[in-house]
Amino acid sequence: MISVEGLKKRFGSVQALNDVSFNAADGRITGLLGHNGAGKSTTLRILSTVIRTDEGRALVDGNDCATQSLEVRRSLGVLPHASGLYPHFTGRENIEYYARLHGMKREQVTQTTEYLIGRLALGDVADRRAKGYSQGERLKVSLARALIHRPRTVILDEPTNGLDVNAVRMLRELIRELRTSGCCVLFSSHVMQEVAALCDDIVIIAHGRVVVSGTPEQILAHTGTTDLEEAFVRAADGSVA
Amino acid sequence: MSAIRTVFVKEVLENLRDRRVIFSALVFGVLLAPVIFALTTTLASKRLVRDQDQPLQLPVVGVMNAPNLVQFLRENGVEIVAARYNEASAMEAVRSGQRDFVLIIPDTYGEKLAAGGSAPLDFIVDTANSRTASGAGRAQRLLSAYGQQLATLRLLVRGISPEVLQPVDVRTLDIATPAGRSLLILGMMTYFCFMSMLMGGFYLAIDTTAGERERGSLEPLLSLPVPRDSLIMGKILATAAYMSVSLLLTLIAFSIVLLFVPLESLGMSANFGPRIVLSIFAVMVTFVPVGAGLMTVVASFTRSSREAQTWLSFVMMIPMAPILVAVINNTRPSAALMAIPSLSQHLLATGLMRGDAIAPMHVAISFATTLLLGGVLVWIAMRLYRRDAILG
Repeated sequence: MISVEGLKKRFGSVQALNDVSFNAADGRITGLLGHNGAGKSTTLRILSTVIRTDEGRALVDGNDCATQSLEVRRSLGVLPHASGLYPHFTGRENIEYYARLHGMKREQVTQTTEYLIGRLALGDVADRRAKGYSQGERLKVSLARALIHRPRTVILDEPTNGLDVNAVRMLRELIRELRTSGCCVLFSSHVMQEVAALCDDIVIIAHGRVVVSGTPEQILAHTGTTDLEEAFVRAADGSVA
Repeated sequence: MSAIRTVFVKEVLENLRDRRVIFSALVFGVLLAPVIFALTTTLASKRLVRDQDQPLQLPVVGVMNAPNLVQFLRENGVEIVAARYNEASAMEAVRSGQRDFVLIIPDTYGEKLAAGGSAPLDFIVDTANSRTASGAGRAQRLLSAYGQQLATLRLLVRGISPEVLQPVDVRTLDIATPAGRSLLILGMMTYFCFMSMLMGGFYLAIDTTAGERERGSLEPLLSLPVPRDSLIMGKILATAAYMSVSLLLTLIAFSIVLLFVPLESLGMSANFGPRIVLSIFAVMVTFVPVGAGLMTVVASFTRSSREAQTWLSFVMMIPMAPILVAVINNTRPSAALMAIPSLSQHLLATGLMRGDAIAPMHVAISFATTLLLGGVLVWIAMRLYRRDAILG
């Protein structure tokens, strides 16, 4: 459960966020949609407590991202924009490192890592160094890392960028599975089809503001079109108030 | 606490697989520094030995003008080379390096000597040329010894004791221990030790900060339920571990190399047994937190690994500067100097090598100030990690 109220963030002379508010419920997939530079990554970074908001509040399962950052991070699984694997470590070692940093005991580390390697079909590559991984393999390992502690809330920043069709399918299937298990899934994208294929709720963000949010049907009704793509373009361009 | 250990173990293991890190941590300190050291000292001692063994060759103009003087020089092992120059061409020959020095005996020499006056001799030498200094010194000493002999004879002829000419009798008692004379060379050694200590942590300091940010692995790391202080602490400890190992291996390599370097022929000896090596390590390892903290702070400010490398290469020179000044000025230890990190380690380490008595107060001041500075730098690194901007 994510709840965001009136976030504002300025980087130097750039007002990256200018009043962002939305909710993302448990057991639902919420898509954060916007052009490049609209403020998606900044919002997700504030939620993952990597940066602090200037104004407003962000809550994850009732914990404040600014004041209870450790609790927030404990319940959060984050897949950032860049996969960020350690090139000299194998996939398995990369996953195990994160398991240990989550404070798991030794047996638990091996067990959970083994489970995720099987679940994500990483068996063939898990013991090779990450340096030589393909895009898809890198995504799988960083997904395993993000899910190692069975988080209640999962944040994914443009996860499908640069992936082939098979990897995208695998990812969608996994995201749906997370929803079934009751997780709150929030993911960002700048591709409408991507969001339409997956999301229960959509939040469209432009110039650091939420322009419209709701179920796909509500958004279509709000923008007065029958085409989601068209709805996104109209909403993001500000032709709909 | 366990998070710090996890980060520490990870950084140590992962960097162990990075050839660049191993190269800078081990190859420079353990192989290169002792080899450079051995080469320079061996060359220096070879030259010294050569200069002493070779008969002194002295080009002389006007050999016929002073047969007694020439005879005296020959008896003292000087090989007289008859030469033909006038004053100007002799100077030119020395300046061009064709001759090391030239002795000119003017035609008036015999006349003046016979008249009981001062007989002129021109000795042409380039004192700026250190290569010829020892030979020139020997020639000059022989010439004045000959003059002394003549003076004594003249006085005896007049029935006066030669002691009249020696109102003071200066005795020079050389107290330099063989180890003391090797100070310059041993000072070079602590310089190498510092270099390899810093090189040992160089790539780790970059990789764990600027490198991690560049690879995009910092953001997911910061979104784990681990306090940032623990992350940076683990990273600094890993850097410190590499620096310490590098330092220890370099000291061991030096102690082995010194067995084969002909320090004795330079009139030197160095105390470099296992106990001294360990003491020097104990003294110098206190500088590790300063180096690790400094490099991490600087690398945290930079935007990329490449920029970090450029900056760090400059920053590494800062701790080196006081050592170079101390080596050149032959600085002696004092309580005030012990408050300067890097310089205090240098002074204590050279003291240990010379076999000097080390004042416990000096050690205490050195440890306290160095560890304090290290603590401050580590604290600054932690503050930097708490900022948003650490993500760049």
